[in-house]
Amino acid sequence: MSAGSVTAHAAPSAWGRVRTYRPPSRYLPVLATCALFFGMFAIGGVRYEGFASSQVVLNLFVDNAFLIVLAVGMTFVILTGGIDLSVGSVVALSTMITAWTLRDGWPPVAAVAAVLVVSTGLGLLMGLVIHYFDIQPFIATLAGMFLARGLCYLISIESIPIRDRTFFDLSAAQIPLPGGLYTTPAVVIALVVVGIAAFVLHRTTFGRTVYAVGGSESSALLMGLRVARTKVGVYAISGFCSGLAGLLFALYMLSGYSLHAVGMELDAIAAVVIGGTLLTGGRGFVVGSVLGVLVLGTIQTFISFDGTLSSWWTKIAIGVLLLAFVVLQRLVTRRQP
Amino acid sequence: MSRVTGHPLFWPLLALALLLVVNVVATPSFLDVRVQDGHLYGNLVDIARNGAPVLLVALGMTLVIATRGIDLSVGAVAAIAGAVACVWIAGGAGEGSAGKALTGCAIALVVCLVLGLWNGFLVSVLGIQPIIATLVLMTAGRGLAMLVTDGQITTVNNATFSRIGGGFVLTLPVAILIALAVFGLTALLTRRTALGMLVESVGINPEASRLAGVRARTIIWTAYVFSAVCAGLAGLMIASNTNAADANNAGLWIELDAILAVVIGGTSLAGGRFSLGGTLVGALFLTTLAATIPNIGIPSETNYLFKAVVVIVVCLLQSPQARASLAVRRRTRPAPVEAGAAA
Repeated sequence: MSAGSVTAHAAPSAWGRVRTYRPPSRYLPVLATCALFFGMFAIGGVRYEGFASSQVVLNLFVDNAFLIVLAVGMTFVILTGGIDLSVGSVVALSTMITAWTLRDGWPPVAAVAAVLVVSTGLGLLMGLVIHYFDIQPFIATLAGMFLARGLCYLISIESIPIRDRTFFDLSAAQIPLPGGLYTTPAVVIALVVVGIAAFVLHRTTFGRTVYAVGGSESSALLMGLRVARTKVGVYAISGFCSGLAGLLFALYMLSGYSLHAVGMELDAIAAVVIGGTLLTGGRGFVVGSVLGVLVLGTIQTFISFDGTLSSWWTKIAIGVLLLAFVVLQRLVTRRQP
Repeated sequence: MSRVTGHPLFWPLLALALLLVVNVVATPSFLDVRVQDGHLYGNLVDIARNGAPVLLVALGMTLVIATRGIDLSVGAVAAIAGAVACVWIAGGAGEGSAGKALTGCAIALVVCLVLGLWNGFLVSVLGIQPIIATLVLMTAGRGLAMLVTDGQITTVNNATFSRIGGGFVLTLPVAILIALAVFGLTALLTRRTALGMLVESVGINPEASRLAGVRARTIIWTAYVFSAVCAGLAGLMIASNTNAADANNAGLWIELDAILAVVIGGTSLAGGRFSLGGTLVGALFLTTLAATIPNIGIPSETNYLFKAVVVIVVCLLQSPQARASLAVRRRTRPAPVEAGAAA
């Protein structure tokens, strides 16, 4: 946010340039989310003892690593103007496949590969159906959601514990940071995913096409962009991210269960919307979605720190934030021609 | 023959009939209906009674979808309705009185009306996408329901209230009668007046119908209010069935079942046309499917798998692209999409 990026009209003073600086409107929603996150954190720090510590911030990442990965995949889909309702079920299916294959004595690498292949395959299938049969993303991914949950029950109706040594060690592993702080391997994986996603979206042809398709699919088609490949690709990416999120979730819970992650697709969508991505597609940033996840995490931290607030306030707070951001987006888009 | 197979309800009815045949093959006595103590009993009656809440929600959803919208909040609204009614009946004196049950239901329906007004306001006045506008209430709604019940499962003991879901009038379960009454009323209002046509015109092009003098905003708004009230009725039915309000699980996933019922019935998600008869068949199909799976000896949890298959098949049957590729006469020119991809 440097003042130098503003084209000066009559060479005003440095202070004048800073004072009149207006960030480009496309960054406004992300900046609003950023302000909201820091604002909430400041309020928490004032109200509760021990809230404003670095470890609390790190724990936001530790407890929500899977949601960050999920929101990244969802961002790709929503940027093209689609939606993916299947992610929560695919997370459950991934935990189930992990637990099941590990119990049957598969090496961890094979289990991980199986999960990623199945989840990416499911996403790819949904993308193909959506694009080539022109079925609304909402209903196609709804079918995917039912399919994944059904497959979970087909594997086992009971919860399967994970007793594999590697998974056990990974889930207990802590990466020490300076100052007596720590983080977990899951956080590192999540941040790497965020980095790759940001690179793909802003530095590759595929990423540019994602924005173009979201802006106007017919224009993108007329420009000769690879619309088909992109539209199918984003659902495959979302499927891959759901699989990876499922692996992280399996590490977090150390079990596979068909009722894991019920309603998590709503959290992911909420995080993306709160992060300032437009649901009509074409506008938004991966960083915004990460901030959205952190805001959701902060609400939960708030409630656990308070102790007198009941858990259902989380849902109400998420709903209110969702509303605020949707209305804000509506105002931002209406002002432009 | 082609007139029969060409009828929009032909395929849904055929599917329903097939399911019943499967059931009869598995259990020959499946279709038996007997009268006991002046009440009708049997699998078919159970299917109709279990289908009543889904049918109610799906009726409201049909009109919303016809205006090119969608209402994801119905499950949460149903939970709120049950919570409000149960908390009202359980609180204060005279828990068992009929008056208390009726006022409780009335208050719950008024609350649902307000929630519907809210959804309609977001969609028709603020112009927010229906999916996301109703997602707000879908997320917050269950929280609100828990706020009403204070996070507890509120149980009630009221004969009048439990009659909504479990009672009988003239040998028929009350739930079926309520659902059929709402169905008849909706059919009358939309198909015997111009209302149905106006709803369809709004669904095809809101702006054009507004210019033609149709009050598009009012019609869209009304559709969401109707949907919420239907969901409220369904919520009362669910709560009365268990004599309790479970804010977390009452009406869970009912919005997806309702959308599925509407889609199976042949109503296009793109809006602009709807079939109430189709929705009725769709809702019955879903509950019959749920009854079939345990009947033929498969664990009922795999229900989801069958639903997924149904969604995929129905969508493919409705998709023009899939039909074209299934047709015997192969198209020689490539589809425009592929032309764009090759460029």
